[in-house]
Amino acid sequence: MPILGYIASPQSGAKQKLLQELNALQYCEAFPADNVDILILVTDTPDKETEEKLQVQLKGIKSLESLSMTFGYNDELHKGERNDNEA
Amino acid sequence: MTMKLDRRSFIKSAAATSAIATAASLFPGVSFANWKKLEGATGMISWQKAPCRFCGTGCGVLVGVSGDRAVAVKGDPNCSVNKGLCCVKGYHSVQALYGKDRLTKAKVRKNGEMVEVPIAEALDVIAAKMKETIDKHGKDSVAMYGSGQWTIPDGYVASKLFKGCIGTNNLEANARLCMASAVTGFMTSFGLDEPMGCYEDIEHANVFVTWGNNMAEMHPVLFSRMLAARKRKTNVEVIDFATRTTRTSQAADKTIIFKPQTDLAVANAICYEIIRNNWVNQDFVNKHVSFHKGLTNIGYGVEDHFKFKDKAEGISFEEFETFLKDYTPERVEKISGVSANDIRYLASVYGDPKKKVTSFWCMGMNQHTRGTWINNLVYNIHLLVGKISTPGNSPFSLTGQPSACGTVREVGTLTHKLPHGVVMKEGARKMAAEIWDVPLSNIDPKPTYHTVEMFRALDRGDIKFMWIQVTNPMVTMPKLKRYRDGALKEDRFVVVSDVYPTPTTDVADVILPAAMWVEQEGMFGNSERRTQHFDQIVPPPGEAMSDTWQLIEVARRLGYEKQFPWDEDEYIGKIWEEYRRFHDSPKHNMAPYKVLKARSGVQWPFVNGKETRWRFNSKHDPACTSGEDFHFYGKKDNRAWIWARPYEPAAESPDQEYNFWLNTGRVVEHWHTGSMTRRVPVLHNAVPSAYVEINPDDAADLGVVNGEMVKIISRRGEITMPASINGRGVPPRGMVFVPFFDESYLINEVTLDAFCPISKQPDYKKCAVRLEKA
Repeated sequence: MPILGYIASPQSGAKQKLLQELNALQYCEAFPADNVDILILVTDTPDKETEEKLQVQLKGIKSLESLSMTFGYNDELHKGERNDNEA
Repeated sequence: MTMKLDRRSFIKSAAATSAIATAASLFPGVSFANWKKLEGATGMISWQKAPCRFCGTGCGVLVGVSGDRAVAVKGDPNCSVNKGLCCVKGYHSVQALYGKDRLTKAKVRKNGEMVEVPIAEALDVIAAKMKETIDKHGKDSVAMYGSGQWTIPDGYVASKLFKGCIGTNNLEANARLCMASAVTGFMTSFGLDEPMGCYEDIEHANVFVTWGNNMAEMHPVLFSRMLAARKRKTNVEVIDFATRTTRTSQAADKTIIFKPQTDLAVANAICYEIIRNNWVNQDFVNKHVSFHKGLTNIGYGVEDHFKFKDKAEGISFEEFETFLKDYTPERVEKISGVSANDIRYLASVYGDPKKKVTSFWCMGMNQHTRGTWINNLVYNIHLLVGKISTPGNSPFSLTGQPSACGTVREVGTLTHKLPHGVVMKEGARKMAAEIWDVPLSNIDPKPTYHTVEMFRALDRGDIKFMWIQVTNPMVTMPKLKRYRDGALKEDRFVVVSDVYPTPTTDVADVILPAAMWVEQEGMFGNSERRTQHFDQIVPPPGEAMSDTWQLIEVARRLGYEKQFPWDEDEYIGKIWEEYRRFHDSPKHNMAPYKVLKARSGVQWPFVNGKETRWRFNSKHDPACTSGEDFHFYGKKDNRAWIWARPYEPAAESPDQEYNFWLNTGRVVEHWHTGSMTRRVPVLHNAVPSAYVEINPDDAADLGVVNGEMVKIISRRGEITMPASINGRGVPPRGMVFVPFFDESYLINEVTLDAFCPISKQPDYKKCAVRLEKA
């Protein structure tokens, strides 16, 4: 199921809080930029239902101003594929 | 212990790097030092240190290996260069090893067709052809063209083979195209090559002036360090002095746009203002500086067999002051388009004794028909105010390739150079002959061809055989058609060692598959005199072989077994220790092999176990012996030289027929000719093809909208490519900019092969073109 990459923008002054809240969620891993108020978020959910639940949870985070997706991958769409640049 | 990295972890890693890449494009200079590559999720992989494969910054990376495959990269927190940061190219660098079309087998042209052969057979063919060519046409009919991506051992054995054994000075490297003016700038101002400062200057400076240098894209990790310093402190500013607005401009506190070539006039005007306002550091100047002038109206080298030799003449401070009277801010405003107020502002920044100023530059000043002069002029500014060789006060020439300094400048893989000194000096030849165990008479005291003239000689037929390693001249040579046609002529024989097919392998008679980066052991040398060792971390594919070992194999076939005696399992260490003998002095001592292996880079001079961070400063540099605070020991008068160098126009400027400047360069996602980065999916997809940046008003006049095709026509050729309007860079009216990474759009069909007569480095930043809507 999907692995998604995002740039996450916090509400003003809420970068640290957002980092904690994102990392507290199951299926989420976030890390901050050092010198800009943004975070990188990578999500990895096992199935469609969990992904949909996670999306709802993300939308409910108050310290989050916006999420911009930069990467998307879905197992179901890529079954059997492999190229030289994957391990 | 190493465990296999699973596919899902790899994809998560790709998701993170992709987000970082996007963030880098949205927020120039953004950094993610604490990113641990999702280590918790990626499982156990082994990590080994290496310098990054790409630019000259020399970021330390840790390469993650699973089985015999490199699967991940993270910044090396132990490397002082980048302190754990990487740019978008660095994070994706290992993927460049695994493009689908890697060259894994040798090929030889047989009856007009390239045929796969065992590599030993290809090496036999090369040696036989070299022998035959030398016998028939003499030693100077064979040539080698390498690169600033050569490892130090690659360049060293090439020099030993060609200069020491064969006895020809037909050895050049592509660093001639990117760093030669920096070298001649250093040599003429200080008598010794390479920066006196180091990257630590970034943490000490109050003001950064980038001279024609889009650091946000070309040296993004150093740019991040600059922005981080600005954020940390309250008194730091960045001034972008440029010919077009770029991502550096977006992040700078002030952007000052000048007309191409007129940096010469502005630099002189800054000096004029410094003197007029009594900002000269008289004590420093009296003790440590001497004044000189050279020849003027020195030409542009566009004709074959062009020769020029400068003649230095001492002048007084007063004569220098008189020379500068032509460069009042008001006069220079008319030449440069920079307002007199902005010129005074720049002078005040350099002149303020409370401010520490670092100037950064790279190709903007080096790829310049007066490249040596503009390097001299920026040194003049720093020397007049004594802001040099101290933390934060640093005129700093950056490099574009990972070992332009280490291999080309230090080993000396240029026609006039030896690993220590120049071929013209008997002492340098004697040292080389002794260390190389060759007769002194082998080493020819006369330089032959610099790069442009070497390719002209190939076209003329003076050179019949050329071996090209680790570079792609059939994309990068200016006025490209002449040199491609020359390489394809009937009786020319071209050998190309590379990792992927390129337009240069297209002209080859033999192709050797090369080991790339961490598929071999080696060393690079970065912009701040730092030598960086890397082990072989993964095996090369197929029959791919290191460039060093290819040279050794051919040397032995030519009968030079005595000079190339090393075993394959220890040759890099042996070569390094032999090479170190050339630099056995406090001015240039290199670290022993064992030290290099243990550390994430070591700066030279390495004296009594200690690295030298600021040369010429007696507090830091053990080679200073004058007893003074500074000692510019590179020059016989023990002083740094200020040069009176005038403004002279470019070789070709816009006129009524060709009414635009053409400027060329790079983008952050791609490195050099894109032969590696275009095979990394994320990087390729980010910028899949080249384009021409046009000012919106010029585009409107032309009736062109974003993405429409535009024909760029010069006196040399033409090329049609899509327009980029208000993209990441915006040139002023009357200028277009094209990145050169895309072999589908060979912009060098259009450029001019004019060069700086002193450095012989071509000017890729200025020629005249006209535009048509295609």
